[in-house]
Order: sequence, then structure tokens, then C-alpha cells
Amino acid sequence: MTAANGADGAGAANGADGTRSLLTLTDVVKHFPVRQSVVQRGSAAVRAVDGVSLSVTEGETLGIVGETGCGKSTLARCASRLYPLTSGRIDFDGQDITGLSRRQLRAVRRNVQMVFQDPFSSLNPRRRVGSIIADPLVIHGTVPRAELRARVQELMELVGLNPEHYNRFPADFSGGQRQRIGIARALGLQPKLLICDEPVSALDVSIQAQIINLLADLQDELGLTYVFIAHDLSVVEHVSDRVAVMYLGKVVEIAAAERLYAAPRHPYTAALLSAAWIPDPDQATAREQIVLSGEVPSPVDPPSGCRFHTRCPWAQPRCAAEEPPLLPAPDAGSHLTACHFPLAAGQTVPPTRSTL
Amino acid sequence: MTAAPAASELALDVRDLHVSFPTPDGVVRAVRGASFQVEPGSTLAIVGESGSGKSVCAQTLLGLHAGADVTGQALFGGRDLLAMSEDALRKVRGAEISMIFQDPLTSLHPLHRVGWQITEAIGAHQPVTRREARTRAIELLDMVGIPRPASRVDDYPHQFSGGMRQRAMIAMALALRPSLIIADEPTTALDATVQAQILQLLQQIQHDHGTALLMITHDLAVVAGLADTVLVMYAGRPVEIGDRRTVYRTPHHPYTRGLLGSVPGAGGSIKKRLVPIPGQPPSLIQLPAGCPFHPRCPFAFDRCETEEPSLRPVAGAGGHVSACWLPAESARAAQPLDAEGSHP
Amino acid sequence: MTTTMPIGGAATEVVVAQVIEARSPWQLAWRRIRRDRVALISACYIGLVVLLAIFAPVIAHIVGHGPDTQYLQTGLTPQGLPRPPSGTFIFGTDDLGRDVFVRTIYGARISLLVGAASSLSAVTVGVAIGLLAGYFGGIVDIVLARLVDVVLSLPFLLAAIALEVVVGPSLLVSIFVIAFFSWAAVARIVRGQTLSLRETEFVEAARSLGASDLRIMVIDVLPNLAAPVIVYTTLLIPSAIVFEATLSFLGLGVVPPTPSWGNMLSESLGFYQVAWWFIVFPGVALLTTTVAFNLLGDAVRDALDPRGDRLLAAIRKRR
Repeated sequence: MTAANGADGAGAANGADGTRSLLTLTDVVKHFPVRQSVVQRGSAAVRAVDGVSLSVTEGETLGIVGETGCGKSTLARCASRLYPLTSGRIDFDGQDITGLSRRQLRAVRRNVQMVFQDPFSSLNPRRRVGSIIADPLVIHGTVPRAELRARVQELMELVGLNPEHYNRFPADFSGGQRQRIGIARALGLQPKLLICDEPVSALDVSIQAQIINLLADLQDELGLTYVFIAHDLSVVEHVSDRVAVMYLGKVVEIAAAERLYAAPRHPYTAALLSAAWIPDPDQATAREQIVLSGEVPSPVDPPSGCRFHTRCPWAQPRCAAEEPPLLPAPDAGSHLTACHFPLAAGQTVPPTRSTL
Repeated sequence: MTAAPAASELALDVRDLHVSFPTPDGVVRAVRGASFQVEPGSTLAIVGESGSGKSVCAQTLLGLHAGADVTGQALFGGRDLLAMSEDALRKVRGAEISMIFQDPLTSLHPLHRVGWQITEAIGAHQPVTRREARTRAIELLDMVGIPRPASRVDDYPHQFSGGMRQRAMIAMALALRPSLIIADEPTTALDATVQAQILQLLQQIQHDHGTALLMITHDLAVVAGLADTVLVMYAGRPVEIGDRRTVYRTPHHPYTRGLLGSVPGAGGSIKKRLVPIPGQPPSLIQLPAGCPFHPRCPFAFDRCETEEPSLRPVAGAGGHVSACWLPAESARAAQPLDAEGSHP
Repeated sequence: MTTTMPIGGAATEVVVAQVIEARSPWQLAWRRIRRDRVALISACYIGLVVLLAIFAPVIAHIVGHGPDTQYLQTGLTPQGLPRPPSGTFIFGTDDLGRDVFVRTIYGARISLLVGAASSLSAVTVGVAIGLLAGYFGGIVDIVLARLVDVVLSLPFLLAAIALEVVVGPSLLVSIFVIAFFSWAAVARIVRGQTLSLRETEFVEAARSLGASDLRIMVIDVLPNLAAPVIVYTTLLIPSAIVFEATLSFLGLGVVPPTPSWGNMLSESLGFYQVAWWFIVFPGVALLTTTVAFNLLGDAVRDALDPRGDRLLAAIRKRR
């Protein structure tokens, strides 16, 4: 996994030093209307993604973390054009794919594939596994019928499944194996970009590790680019080159993985990191914990100004009034933070402490 | 840890618990001889993955095991929970032992107000008036950190967010000041920041009321911060028991080591390649002969294939036991972690 | 393979991780139904009725009586009343001296034929419309759903009578009428199922692969509809049979002298005081066949949807 210093902001198809940006999102907005009735005036909307700009460099792994309601799953589906955008722009491999028709999108789909979260519901229980994996090949007609089975078995071996089992049903496989089936299905068309929406969250710890290693190996072997969405911070840190943190539909911080975890600048990132219990007994109890008050506000009615200000221990009056833009850190142009008062390095203890 | 305390001092003393279910495919032996103790005011964490039997263990203690064959003893305050009648168990449930489940949306009744559910729980065990119970319910909601408890007490579960529902469950669990709380994956369904709040709450409750906590979880990170004693379960049996620091820093059983190696960051640098346990957990109907872990164990030798090891003491910290044929000293030899998380 | 066992209040999954034997969902269902004694008895009975219906002419030949032939000499008493069951006339005769036994068996033909044909057509139309409405939503759904509502709110008997008066009663019209009033309920069920299937992750995955709508409907959604559709079809047949009997009873079904259980019952009304066999045998035939189909339908539903009966078993054991 190569470290990427390419374009982090919006728009540019090529980074400052020439590394190629494979996927670029510019001000992507996705709202879901809530109950449009003839009687009700105006339309309330779930503002799932509310202006996200980022880009993914070829060959890297971009991790996206956030909690429930932050919009990361919606963003994934927007990026793969499963959902039409409310507004904004998506560029893939230099081509604007925002407004493409379904037929035009088919060609794009060969290069962008998704791996889904739930190994139990992302596979049709009434279809045989071989048929499921062959689906993309049949739809796009890339493999002649006579060679289908061979190709499917090839893919099964690639992901660590027994190729003899291609006539079985998903119910005959364990969770980890089903996830492998999902990955095999996604790889059938030899895509360039794989968007993984919580690919290991539903798996046991030991199986998670197997799948994480599989994804890493496949990336090396096939030269894939990943967008890796998860809520488990240690997993994201492990797999990613760069990480974006989302809160209530917006990206609040984006930086190289090591930098983000060592010296977060956004208060939410700091809280999230401190809330993640570390599997080391001494560090776990010795560490100061930033425990946030309250719950995540509803995406239908997000707070004014900086969306995090209602729960932020460092909030000031300006935060409620003005929404902070994503700005680079003074010492690292690729580390962007959306905060009026970003944290200094090492500043992790908020003014009001909660300790035990 | 010194010599095992006398039985009457323990909050819970489980001896040789066996739970199995008949199914069309064969008998599923979900729990095969589990013995453990929970000391008053302390936390025992039972860690395991799917199929380890940890949830079945917990649910059996409270009689929630319809259709299962159960043998063994679960001594609570001198009485055997497994031998009690349904009526006697009902008196114990809620009052002396409470349970917190994973998904509060399905364990709270969706059609009754939250306050009503708490008052019902209180009223089932104590002769209190409606008003007294309601006051207590509001007190409890306040204690667990629900804002504006006097008005929220009349809300329905769906009007609470996930974290608040879990708090309400905890409030219900606390209503009668139990001496033991059994928490079955209490934070798995919650976001990280909310999880932190709930765990902090549980710690505070323990601190304030001296309640013992039996926590079932698969999350090693949660255990690292919360548990006093850790019990690792695999294929229906405990395979390692020890205090928290010992198990994390000098694990003996290869499964425990494998688990720790599967978590990013647990074995050193976060970017270091994970060393997962190969293969999958065994079927509880057709267990391998000998040690159930041997097909996946990098250290297995011939004895492992024929004889299943019992829990044997491990050299080092007292009370550390492991169900493994490897020599007792091998825990020290196998790469203990020092404070910075790197190898010495 | 995973096995789910309900434990206590929350159904917790005890995961049995190893692959024991590869079995398709259909094989599992078949296994379940094979163990259900009631289902087997009902199936055997229906099989018997079907065989009798198929070989009706053969049986008539063996017995020596035709279904429409009036045996005025041997079939009626000297007073001109129907004869009771005897060696020659196993179920007795009717008011015109016809063999009730042979007529009952021929009546089975009509019932089964109409029952099967109308159910299958109703299900075909219902699935197609329900699938389209549920999958596409929007204006398609609005139009089709309203159509379903209209058909469901038509008073079937009145409409059936009106239609048959205009067109004239016959076998084909009976099938059409029954199918016309049955498809809407199927469409509604299928629409509901399709709505929820549309939101599943595997349908989302198919879309992300670039599959066309038609492909998704046929390959991904339809197989998952098979189970409820089969159950509904099996339960639709007995109601179609009763529907047909009702129509024949009112003189709107098959044209006499062709025997149908419905018109036999109608003809027997005037004679039940003197000829109990005339009303009992066709009535019992209708009753038992309908009950057998209903029981079989329940068993099929239990076999295809095991969660229901596991819960029941758990509740029973707890007591």
C-alpha cells in the first residue's frame, strides 16, 4: 500500500505531483425527502450527505470512518452511482459520471464495484453460489458461456474458497466464506476501484483478520484501489493510507492514517479515538477519555454552523454561527480539518474533563 | 489473587455447566463443562466468538433456555439457580440478578411506555404503590444519565435513541439493586462514542453499588478496559481464565494468542500484518477428537489429537489457568507485550 | 450450514459453522413435509381423487353406468323415487335414475379442472402484476394498485351472475370468472413481498453490477417469491373449488346434464328428505377434498417457512 500525497481537495484529476486521482467527489449532496404529502408545505429531507469533496488516488486505500447517521454508507452508494445525486459531481478515471444514463453507466460499473456489509443478506439465498459469482460476467457478456464455470472457479480459488462448492447455496457457507463469495463476485469484471462498505463488521474477530489479509493480498496482486468504510477505528487505521472522518453528512477531517491517529486536529476525531477502547489493559485504563455528552443529532435537522458544536467540549459562539471550511493544517498541506479552533498537537484534555 | 474464596463469599459460582440442544441434525453441545466464579463487586468477562457458547451460558443461568438439556450447578447466595422452580427463578430475576441484552429495541416492549415497564418490574417484586414506583423510576432514569427524566419516563422505546434505550435497560436492571448484573453484549449494537458512555456508566454503577458484573462480549477492547477477570471460551468450554493483565500480556492458550493477533494493534504496530487463526470454528455437533482447537492450532502435537485438556495452572500469576497441553511455562516464552506494545 | 435455535425470549442463534451436507432450500422443505403425517394423508387423499377423476370413464365402464344415462327402470323405485345405495348403485341414484357414484366421480373432474386452471391463471396474472407494481413503484404502482383495489371491491357473486347472464354459463366462463376474482389477492401479496425484496442487499448488489430491471425481477426477485406463491396457490385451489360449486349450485357453472358437485347439491335439495344419499355423497366429496387441500396448503406453508413452527415448538416445550 503506497502512501499517497495526491489531490485531497476537490476537482483536480491529477494531483500536484502527478499521481492519478481515480475517483473525485466534488460537493456531493444527497438528500432523501421525508414524507412528501400534498398537504404538507415544504419538504423535510434527511440530509444524509451534505457537501462532501474528496478524491481517491489510484492504488491507495482511503478509509472513511464515522458513526451511525454520518452518511458514509450513503456516500459509498453515491460514489458507485447506485443512488442519483441531489447535487454535486463525480469523476471517475477522468470521466464525469454524474449524469450518465443507466446504459452509459454499465461501462463504468465494470470498473467500480462494491463489497457489502452483511454476508447474510448480500447474497440471494435462492441462487447457487456459482451463479451469483458469474452474475457480473453474464450481465456484461465478458466471458463466453462455455468458459463461465472455469472463470468462476478461478475466482473462488482466488478468494480462498473451495472451487468444488460452486453449486452450493449461500446457506451452506459460514459468514466469512460468504463475504469471500461477495468479494469474488465483485472481482469478476476486474474492476479498478472497490468500494467496501463495512466488509468485516459483521464477522467474528478471527475471521475479520482473514478477510482483511485477503483484501490486502488482492490489492497487491491485482493493483486495486480501495475505499474502505468502517466504524472500527483500529481496523480502518490498519488498512488505510489516508482516512476521512465523517460526521452528520460532512467530512470533518482527512489526513494520512498515521498522522490522523497520532495527532488529530478535529475535536470529534479526538473524541472518537479516545472512545475506541484499545486492546491493551494498561493503556485502556490509564488513558483520559473524552466522553461526549448527548447523542448524534438527527440528519433531518442538523445543528447550525459547525454541526458538531452541540456536543463539542471546546465549542465557542463562533461555532454555532459559522460553518467551518475544510482547511489544510499549517504544517501539512494534505491534512485537512473543518474546525474553527483545531486542536494543537497533544491537546487531548478538554476544558471539562470526565474521568473515573 | 489468593486462594479461591469460600463459596459463600462469591456472587456467583458456576460448576461444571453443560447445556445441549437436540436438533434434527444431531445434538448441539453448546456448553461442555464450564466452571467459573464471580466475586462480589468485580467484573468477569466471558470472551468468545460465535458458537463459543458464551451467550447460552449466560441465558441458562436465568432459566432462558427453552428446550435445552442442562446439568451442573449455578450457586447464587447458596441456592442453585439451575435447580430452582420457575416461580423461584422469577423472584430472583430482576431483583437479585438482572440481565442486560444486546439490542434494547427488541428487549424493551415496544408498546409500553418505558416508565411503565420499570414500574412493572419494581411492582412485581416489591409491594410499592404506583406513585412510589414511578418516583423510583424517575430516579433511576436520572441515575443512568437520561436528561429530563420526569418527562422521558412517559415515552415509548422508539422515541429513545439507541444509547438511551440501553441506559433505560440498565435502569430497569438496577431497579431492585441486584447484586449481580449479567450483560450480554451490551454495547455491540452501539456507536463507539455511545459505547464509551455506557461502559463508563457500568463502571460507575459498580463503583457506587458494589454490583458484580458478568459481561459477555466478543470485543477484546471492551474487555481490556473493564474486566477484572477474563475467561476465554471456545467450542463450549473455557480455554483460559486469568486476570486481565495476565491474559492480555502473557496469554498461554494458542486460541487466546490467535485472538489477540487478529486484532489490529494488539500485537504491536497497528500496521503490522495480522496473524489470523486459520480455518473456522468447529461444528458443535461434530467436535474434533481431543482438543477442539487442534485442527487450527499451530502448536498442536499428537497428544492434542486424542485427549481434551482440562484447565491446568500456568506458571506465573496465581489463578491463571489454561486448557492446553503446552507446558505451563510457555506463556512467558511466547512474546509477552511490554507497555509500549512492542516485543522485548 | 447454520441452525437457528430459539432460546428464551430473544431468538439467539447458535451457529453450527461446519458444512454438514449441501442441501438446497427445496430439499430442506421436502424433508420437512415428508415428516408431516397430516400432509402425507392429505396428499394421498388428493392423489386418490385425482386418479379417480382421470380414470372416471374407465370406472364408469367397470361399473357399467354412464354419468348422464338415466336408468329409469333399474334406477328408480316403482314410485319413481331415487333408489338407495345398493350393489348395483354404490351411492344410490338421483331423481332421474342416474348413478350418483359415477356422477360424483365425474364431478371431481370438473372441480379439479376448474380449481387448477383458475388458480394457475389467477396466480400467473397476479404474480406478474404484483411484481411489476412492487418493483417499479411510482406511477406504475399507483395505477396497478388501484386496479387491484377495484377488482377486490367488486361483489363477486353479483358480477359473476351478471357476466354469466350476458355470456351464458359454461366451463370456460366459470374458469375465467373465478380467475378474475382471485388474481387480485395474489397481486396484493406479491406486491408486498416485492416491496421488501426490492430493498434487500442482494438486489442492491445486482443493481451495482449493472443488471437490467427485467433480469433482477426474474432472476433475483422471482425465486424468492416462489415460496409464498406456492403456498398461496395451494390454498387458492380449495377456494376455487368451492367457488365453482357455488356457481354450479346457482346454475351458473357447467351446463347440465354434466355433473358437478355444486349442481348435484342443488338438484338434491328437493329430495333430501327421501334420498339422503343424493345430498350426502357429493357434499362429503366436496368437503373432504376442500379440507385436504387446505391441510396440505398449511403443511406446505410450514415446510417452506420453518421459523413459524420452531417458535411454536419452543413455546410448547416451555410449558
